[in-house]
Amino acid sequence: MAAKVLTVTSGKGGVGKTTTTANIAVALAALSYKVVCIDADIGLRNLDVVLGLENRIVYDLVDVVENRCRLRQAMIRDKRLPELYLIPAAQTRDKNAVSPSDMVRLCDELRNEVDWILIDSPAGIERGFRNALAPADMVLVVTNPEVSAVRDADRIIGLIEAEEKGPARLILNRVNMNLVKRGDMLNADDVLELLAVELIGIVPEDEAVVVSTNRGQPVALDGKSKAGLAFQNIARRLNGEQVPFLSLDEKDGFFARLSKVFRSGGA
Amino acid sequence: MAGWLEQLLGKKDKSAEQAKERLKLVLIHDRTDLTPHQLEMMKNELLEVISRHVAIDPSAVKIDMAQDGREQRLIADIPLKPVNARRR
Repeated sequence: MAAKVLTVTSGKGGVGKTTTTANIAVALAALSYKVVCIDADIGLRNLDVVLGLENRIVYDLVDVVENRCRLRQAMIRDKRLPELYLIPAAQTRDKNAVSPSDMVRLCDELRNEVDWILIDSPAGIERGFRNALAPADMVLVVTNPEVSAVRDADRIIGLIEAEEKGPARLILNRVNMNLVKRGDMLNADDVLELLAVELIGIVPEDEAVVVSTNRGQPVALDGKSKAGLAFQNIARRLNGEQVPFLSLDEKDGFFARLSKVFRSGGA
Repeated sequence: MAGWLEQLLGKKDKSAEQAKERLKLVLIHDRTDLTPHQLEMMKNELLEVISRHVAIDPSAVKIDMAQDGREQRLIADIPLKPVNARRR
């Protein structure tokens, strides 16, 4: 096994990086891959709560780097899936406790053990981002269809290219299909034209994400919600499958579809 | 440039369209590290140098930043005045 290291980043905070990392990890694990996710946001640990594993933390990333435990001991196994593990971030320590070369070494140690290593990057362009980027084979940039998030995504894509970690691939998260239809939200084509990168996923805004995060059960665990399905599609695309992107019309409920049938029938 | 015209025609009513136009400009400046003021200064200096050698009509000159994938390009379209027009 030679794992692929996938870093999820965004520049701007609050666009859904951690939710995205958790859900792609879950979706990959559900496809029977062996997955480890690493929370690289030292001091602001969050991937554990999104995955619902917060009560099982004993050791963290800094403990591994500072040799207080073995790598294996810091890997929390998610019991809902056959092979999903989390290495949590330290909550209280100095953020400079981990360096980019520590991350490279740690990932190299994991490479022969698993299929996918997912790294949840902190927001911003500082040390934590550099740590998350250093071992990456592939980088996903998460953004929302709004001006500040797109602007920061452009900055971060530039930095990823400068570090020769490109080309970054884009996840457009929290797309509100109704606003897009009304012309009050940037659509995927607009964002792609502005950023000039490859798209790997469009995730619709979905209440199911809030509910599932409340429960610590990522939406991708069951593929019934639209967001959950979108994350599963991203996992499949990461494995080279051609999966069509969600179209605007998929948002249409039963009645909208019915009225379309009538309209086309009557015309 | 023709922004006001589009606005007049109602094309820019949609906020997404406005967001896109604003982002286009912001990204140009973020990527090139040039402020609109610096860009304007550069244009004027360029015109000054060119008009030292050939006759040009400054009002016909178009110098703009364009996006080409993830690269920015400075595109200049500078019509030269015909020789006989210069004699006047």
